[in-house]
Amino acid sequence: MSIHLEHYLIVGAILFSIGLYLALAKRNFIGVLMGIEMMFNAVNLTFIAFSRFVKSDQPLSAHVFVVFVITVAAAEAATALALAVMVYRTRDTINVDQIDLLKW
Amino acid sequence: MDSTGVIIAFYVLAAMTIGSAVSVVVVRNMIHAVMGLIGTFAGLAGLYVTLSADFIAITQILIYIGAISILFLFAIVLTPQASRNNQESFLRFPALVLALLVAGVLIFVALDNTWNLSHAPDFPETASTIGELLLKTYVLPFEIASVLLLVAVVGSIVLVRPEPVEED
Repeated sequence: MSIHLEHYLIVGAILFSIGLYLALAKRNFIGVLMGIEMMFNAVNLTFIAFSRFVKSDQPLSAHVFVVFVITVAAAEAATALALAVMVYRTRDTINVDQIDLLKW
Repeated sequence: MDSTGVIIAFYVLAAMTIGSAVSVVVVRNMIHAVMGLIGTFAGLAGLYVTLSADFIAITQILIYIGAISILFLFAIVLTPQASRNNQESFLRFPALVLALLVAGVLIFVALDNTWNLSHAPDFPETASTIGELLLKTYVLPFEIASVLLLVAVVGSIVLVRPEPVEED
């Protein structure tokens, strides 16, 4: 018995689905952002697992890609949380069901 | 990947990751949800170590646990009443069905496919190779990422800054 690529892919798939559920079903905007971060992390885990187990000329390219994903995720989190704070200041709620000013 | 230690570590870390992720969904207080999120990030950092990705594991701890979780905590304490509530919206059941379908498809593909596996040993260390790749092959994306970070930082400061008071 040993640990193979499939084990990591299954953990990544479960984590991605939990993140997807959070992003779609949470009423709180910050909960939605947590789901998005979790999906980023699931994808990163899959990248690293492939880089470790799959044949490739330069397996560490996946690590570089993960570094970029983490950079973009950090930028996205900072901007989106600033937006959440601003929406709360102007509308006194961050419930995504109630932020419907543009809804026809 | 065959030693008993790695197998035990994998199952413990995978259980920690998935368990914390589930706790983010079920707890009712957003502060507790952030604690669950930190548990997920820490478990993933451990999984990276089992995959001999030392640089990424440290980056995960520094950026995700050290910075992004704290950012989430700040956003929660800056939005007082509204953010205590971690309820689901009316899309709960469609979202659950969709998430289960996605999980099913991904796991089916992972198990059904035959991957082009290599049997290379663990990477001895990754940081120096990653540094070389970043400054040689991927130097343009690296520079673009720095501009992106600058734009994000300036943008967030502009967004949350209080309205300047008129002085006259």
